[in-house]
Amino acid sequence: MSVSVRVPTQLRTLTAGAGEVPVEGATVGEALEALDAACPGMAERLFDESGNLRRFVNVFLAEEDVRFLDGLDTPVADGQTVSIVPAVAGG
Amino acid sequence: MDHVTGLRCRECGRRFPAEALHVCDFCFGPLEVAYDYERIAATVSRQRIADGPRSIWRYRDLLPVADAAPVDLGAGFTPLVRAERLAAELGLGELWIKDDTANPTGSFKDRVVSVALTKARQLGFKVAACASTGNLANSVAAHAARAGMASVVLIPHDLEAAKVTMTAVYGGTVVAVRGTYDDVNRLCAELTSEHPSWAFVNVNVRTYYAEGSKTLAFEIAEQLGWEAPDHVVVPIASGSQLTKVAKGFAELGKVGLLEGEPAVRVSGAQAAGCAPVATAFADGADDIRPVRPHTIAKSLSIGNPADGWYALSAIRSSGGACAAVTDDEIIEGIRLLARTEGIFAETAGGVTIATLAKLAAAGQVRRDERVVALVTGHGLKTVEALTGIVGPSATIEPTLAAFDAAVPDAAAQQPTGPSGGPSNEEPSR
Repeated sequence: MSVSVRVPTQLRTLTAGAGEVPVEGATVGEALEALDAACPGMAERLFDESGNLRRFVNVFLAEEDVRFLDGLDTPVADGQTVSIVPAVAGG
Repeated sequence: MDHVTGLRCRECGRRFPAEALHVCDFCFGPLEVAYDYERIAATVSRQRIADGPRSIWRYRDLLPVADAAPVDLGAGFTPLVRAERLAAELGLGELWIKDDTANPTGSFKDRVVSVALTKARQLGFKVAACASTGNLANSVAAHAARAGMASVVLIPHDLEAAKVTMTAVYGGTVVAVRGTYDDVNRLCAELTSEHPSWAFVNVNVRTYYAEGSKTLAFEIAEQLGWEAPDHVVVPIASGSQLTKVAKGFAELGKVGLLEGEPAVRVSGAQAAGCAPVATAFADGADDIRPVRPHTIAKSLSIGNPADGWYALSAIRSSGGACAAVTDDEIIEGIRLLARTEGIFAETAGGVTIATLAKLAAAGQVRRDERVVALVTGHGLKTVEALTGIVGPSATIEPTLAAFDAAVPDAAAQQPTGPSGGPSNEEPSR
């Protein structure tokens, strides 16, 4: 599946400034692995030592927080957007 | 001059300059303002504070921005009211209400916004923005007007009418978003990347903004004659306010305004329809699972609380508790506070009072403790919650006979409980 990953300001040093990176993957996790392959250094920023998403990283598939879906195993459809959003906001 | 040495990531400790940054660009942890506490201790004193303005700015030595003319509508230094009748109803001893309904736009948000926009202006921002459940929207729009800044406020489309009007009247841009607060918040988090020249008070200047809530702890201690309470009960939305109230008490010890670091139990209050922190507390869990909010307490309807984990940690490490209450209990909490103490709180205040009642009944808030409950917003903002619940006792023709028929014995309508009149222990204001 071709998906687009939206990247926040904090990670754009790894994308040469791009806010959106096209990747291939069948799940959210695969899309993020592909992002790391395209933009090395991404994985250590997104995942902790045990391979889980860091506490303050939220990932959305389209408009939905993946924690309401199947997390990193959530399947993605062709043309969907995966967004990485810092959790520390609001209130 | 402020006493800020920079910003520091709460998670990994990396250091950053005191700019418009809120997230560690390595691990995404929240940034905290770092202070030179030795220098503050050498500067600050109870007298210097007493000589300051009757607002949050009397504590400027402990705030993250110094400005001779801050963006100020008079936030803070709100009444701390001894609540004897409410205490009697709940079986408690010494109970106080921190009445933040008395702030300029009717909620505690004026504290954080005054700090945020003062810092934003210093950093050169011309536009103030936010995601809000309503109270913050009111405050950002008002303070931006006061500062001569433009404002862009994003709110969920289904907010209470008063909160929408109280935002729009100031003439800024108000955008109602078809979605929940969490949807609005996520949109703002993304907009912050696209509009770096806008100061989103609870996104890119959140590090400074959040510090404003410490003034609640400072005022409570000062108004108690420079003593800490034993226990505070604080409503939880994002968890930021609770976390910063705990930090505020700790700082008073650190800079010598209180003798030693006080042991204040901090308890949290949530609505059952949006209780991710109370649920984690009850389950003994370490991760906060997001929820989809469904409660009349819209100002606490954050299903994905940014500081939920820190609030949970502050509650646990202080020996506090956390509980959640139903919408019916929230309404009863509003009515109980109004009936016993003459304070009309919004739904979030109903959450605090109902949770206080629940924790008192469970023995988790104790009769031998000096307790302070935070009532953070005015009831006029959420009158919808009481529609059809309170209203006229009777509607009559303008005649004596009609009055006597409708109100058979007016003298019997006196409430019960401790008699009225001023207490010997009234606070300084």
